[in-house]
Amino acid sequence: MSVEQQNKRPLSPHLLDYKPQMTSVLSILHRIAGVALGIGTLMVVCVLVAAASGEADYDMVMEFWRSPLGMLMIFGWSVALFYHACNGVRHLIWDTGYLFKLQNAKRAGIAVLIATALLTAWAWCLA
Amino acid sequence: MKLKWEKDGIKTPLARAKGLGASGHAVGHWMNQRVSAVANIPLTIWFVLSFVSLRGADHDAFTGWLSEPVNTVLAILFIISVFYHAVLGFQVITEDYIHKEWYKIAKLIGQKLFFFALGVAAIVSILKISFAG
Repeated sequence: MSVEQQNKRPLSPHLLDYKPQMTSVLSILHRIAGVALGIGTLMVVCVLVAAASGEADYDMVMEFWRSPLGMLMIFGWSVALFYHACNGVRHLIWDTGYLFKLQNAKRAGIAVLIATALLTAWAWCLA
Repeated sequence: MKLKWEKDGIKTPLARAKGLGASGHAVGHWMNQRVSAVANIPLTIWFVLSFVSLRGADHDAFTGWLSEPVNTVLAILFIISVFYHAVLGFQVITEDYIHKEWYKIAKLIGQKLFFFALGVAAIVSILKISFAG
């Protein structure tokens, strides 16, 4: 059966029909954060290449990254980084077999969100 | 030691030639994703701490810091581990959502080339700073 024929079948309810839960929302956020991180590595490489190209290039690039728009982009990337890292640890714990009970998975999800907020506050305000 | 056609069990030769059935690569992919994830944890901690400490650094401060051998090595390890992890992750996402065969393959190849090129750019820059600076 071709892909086109297969796609004419009805889909089982998802997205708009399921009530968003801690588990499902955090899961898709993990993926979105991952994509954002991957694209954002361009920023890291940009700074590295600029630094390797000499002082003039470095200063020009850093002027952008220190501007409000640049800082906003870095801030967004950092939130994605902290979230993806903390939720990633939650994933790795799942891989060892723990935290599968739904109540514990949800509690860990809350812990991940709190950790993300704390790390962001630390990195941007306290450090 | 099994000969090539003996490993395929119940597959017909045509199915084997067409490459149908399970790829057998998923477990390796899954494990590599986890291994790079575990490596990413200390490397990311180092990266974040370094980033915070280098706030406001001018060119000399930044290149001086990166030239220290420990930082050079950790930076390169960070780049390799993160970009490898990213390629694997992007691969899974592409396979999940893209179903037009030609587009999926183009995206998969493009992603690998993109991150590989970015990785080389980053590593070359790090080495250049480290050796020349």
